[in-house]
Amino acid sequence: MGSPKETPRKWGDSFATPPSFGDVVFDRVFRGVAYAFTVLTILVLAYIVFEIGGKALPAVKEYGMQLLSSSDWNVNRKVYGILPEIWGTLYSSLFALAVGGVFGVAIAIFLTQDFLPHKVEIVLKNIIEMLAAIPSVVYGLWGIFVLIPIIRPLADFLHEYLGWIPFFGTKLNGPGLFPASLVLSIMILPTVAAVSQDAFRAIPLKTKEAVYGMGTTRWEAILRVMLPTASGGIFGALVLGFGRALGETMALAMLVGNSNQISLSLFSPANTLAALLALNFPEAGPMEVQVLMFAAIVLLVITLVVNVIGQLIINFTRPGGAR
Amino acid sequence: MDTVANTAEAYAPAACRDNDVILDCRVDNIYYGDFLAVRDSRVPICRNEITGFIGPSGCGKSTVLRSINRMNDLIRSFRFEGSVHYHGIDMYGPKVDPVVVRRHIGMVFQQPNPFALSIFENVAFGLRLNRFKGNMMEKVEKALRGAALWDEVKDILKRSGLSLSGGQQQRLCIARAIATEPSVLLMDEPCSALDPIATRQIEELMVRLKEKYTLVIVTHNMQQALRVADQTAFFSVDISQGGRTGHLVEMGPTRRLFDDPQETLTREYLQGEFS
Amino acid sequence: MTARQVDNELRKPSFEKNPYERRALQSYVLSTLTVGMAILACFPLFSVILMLLYRGGQRLALTVFYSLPPTAFEDGGGFGNAILGTLFMVGLAGLISIPFGILAAIFLAELGPHRKLSQAARFCAKTLTGLPSILAGVFAYASVVLVMGHYSAWAGGIALSLLMIPIVMLTAEEAIKMVPRGMKEAAYGMGCTPAQAMMKVSLPVAMPGIITGVFLAVARAAGETAPLLFTALFSDYWLEVNQPTASLAVLIYNYSGSPFANLIELAWSASLVLVLLVLVLNIASRLIGQRNK
Repeated sequence: MGSPKETPRKWGDSFATPPSFGDVVFDRVFRGVAYAFTVLTILVLAYIVFEIGGKALPAVKEYGMQLLSSSDWNVNRKVYGILPEIWGTLYSSLFALAVGGVFGVAIAIFLTQDFLPHKVEIVLKNIIEMLAAIPSVVYGLWGIFVLIPIIRPLADFLHEYLGWIPFFGTKLNGPGLFPASLVLSIMILPTVAAVSQDAFRAIPLKTKEAVYGMGTTRWEAILRVMLPTASGGIFGALVLGFGRALGETMALAMLVGNSNQISLSLFSPANTLAALLALNFPEAGPMEVQVLMFAAIVLLVITLVVNVIGQLIINFTRPGGAR
Repeated sequence: MDTVANTAEAYAPAACRDNDVILDCRVDNIYYGDFLAVRDSRVPICRNEITGFIGPSGCGKSTVLRSINRMNDLIRSFRFEGSVHYHGIDMYGPKVDPVVVRRHIGMVFQQPNPFALSIFENVAFGLRLNRFKGNMMEKVEKALRGAALWDEVKDILKRSGLSLSGGQQQRLCIARAIATEPSVLLMDEPCSALDPIATRQIEELMVRLKEKYTLVIVTHNMQQALRVADQTAFFSVDISQGGRTGHLVEMGPTRRLFDDPQETLTREYLQGEFS
Repeated sequence: MTARQVDNELRKPSFEKNPYERRALQSYVLSTLTVGMAILACFPLFSVILMLLYRGGQRLALTVFYSLPPTAFEDGGGFGNAILGTLFMVGLAGLISIPFGILAAIFLAELGPHRKLSQAARFCAKTLTGLPSILAGVFAYASVVLVMGHYSAWAGGIALSLLMIPIVMLTAEEAIKMVPRGMKEAAYGMGCTPAQAMMKVSLPVAMPGIITGVFLAVARAAGETAPLLFTALFSDYWLEVNQPTASLAVLIYNYSGSPFANLIELAWSASLVLVLLVLVLNIASRLIGQRNK
């Protein structure tokens, strides 16, 4: 206060009070609930695996490994096999990975290696991220009415002149692996681009200075030093993108043609695990549901493994190592 | 209470009489995990005086300071062996709640750290926390005056505390700490992030505050200790066993410690032979 | 000129750019290629938006927002029930996932960041982000639809919440971690209990970041179709939470394969509404996130 001389303070003069009973209870409850939800996160994942796996068990008992190796699916004859779906899932995802991966990494380079003024960089970065925001069902609609008509002449041309190559062995009649995979590449491109950008941005400035100090051109610097330095993160980005492609459902259900066959041709209709679930689940009988549960657990295992690997790669290649 | 007397006798030979020891901090060992950070240091703190902790970096002076109000309990691997007697009660006693300890012993940090609240709410924070029922405005004004900040902020009490300059922010943090009128105020290098003018203001403030409060400050600046501290404790690092363990070398009235250090280590440090 | 002088002249390096040198050509080709790819990558977004405005805009009128879907041969109609269904199910998912995500994030970021439990939970949350959305549907089918015995909005909301939880949780964790250490220390130094330090100091500061995450999660859930296909199914009638429930996303899917022009037009209009909703949420979350950096 105003007067310079204050009386010395004594024990107990302070306003300090212990936390009230309510405060203490609130603190306990708050921490308890936060703890409980953290535990619940783990339980939820475990329960998902357990629930789907449990429901798939009868089908495994009934049909055994034939489910994985057979390519028949006939509800009336009660024969089921998901080999074509596994094939279609891997084929479409790998194709999407090739296209989306190349584009994603190229864009990451474009956005991080000083090609553009900062403002343009931000705009382009946002546009690419917005690609990920469009719901996949809208991509499906777009694929049916825009993309397929656009690529049909190209597909006809390829089939006509290069038909002897197995990839172009059939004619594109509307839906098929090719349009589905193209849409899939668009959908994984933002993931690959975003995670790769992080990898490029994590390269320390001193590395960059050292390279340019040696007198390299921009592309020599990128190809010889930047790409190899960021390769761990880029690899992780590709694996995560692959994981996303494996599990993508709607665009495929709408564009892949839903045909139970194994073909190398990009233009033939096919099917994937996720699309199989989407198309057959609503009208499935009890036995078919069990088989679909089996398809679900196969999809779950494949995506979990791929995602975990991607996550681990990113964690271990991040500067500073695993968290 | 007799334990207090013993330590005071041994380590605070002059100015501070036994019954004036408000806080008796006896550190046997402080660990972070397996790392022994501080050993065998007994620091009695006298009422209404400023006690300064000096020493080279890594000597554990901040660790000891933060052990007094149990801030270090927030670090999971932290382990304290010893006792901190405050008014004869061991702050590390089995039934003592660190939250309550921190409400009685205020703290000001190295970096000014006001909350993202208005200036008024920053100062009223502790009062609300302790469910103060009374004239809030009066207490806030008193605290701000006490921290020599009132004239600068009395018209902008609704503005964010983060909008102030560094020196003002630090005085706001002091006002926040003294609003609940604790008897002891711990300051962990309170001026290290400030310019010389702001530093000077805070130093003048500290000298004024000791009339009402007991202050403990950690400083990396010997001159600052010389300017403001009544008692000075010199800590050093012991690297003999391969670790970097800090310990108290010598403590005494500031002038005596600077003019006539009893230990070689203290003399070497004060003469600038290591830092 | 002596031979020596000529020799010296020849050895003098040129510091000028030679556009036909191999490395210059390589740079030129690669740069052009990259620019081309970047432009090509932007094409789908603009194409989608243009098509939505063109085909979706035609049919968009106020009536679609409060009308029920038409039968196959009817003209007119709308998707009022689908909008309501989407709002209800996303709202339900939010009610589950927002408290769940934020409280778990508080534990991960503040109460026990380095504990084994936190590491495991963080890992599970990251794994859940990669969970194919159709599997969230399969799970809700197995654990809700089969138990209740019928399709319902509840099942749809629960399926969506599974997708939102990890997004809310991981973004909220980052946001809480960004709160300056000094501020948290000051709160504890004043004698706050952990809950008080969280509620009075950290959470208000982290709030913009948390809201960003919530918006992103809501946007994701609103656009999801797969988890609703066989949990909420579809309905031509107004919302009844214990019955099959319509949603914008499933409506688009169902009508996209329809042979009737009117239904296809409705699918485009519904897409426009859905994309606008999702983009607005996305942009809003970005603005909130940027303002506080």
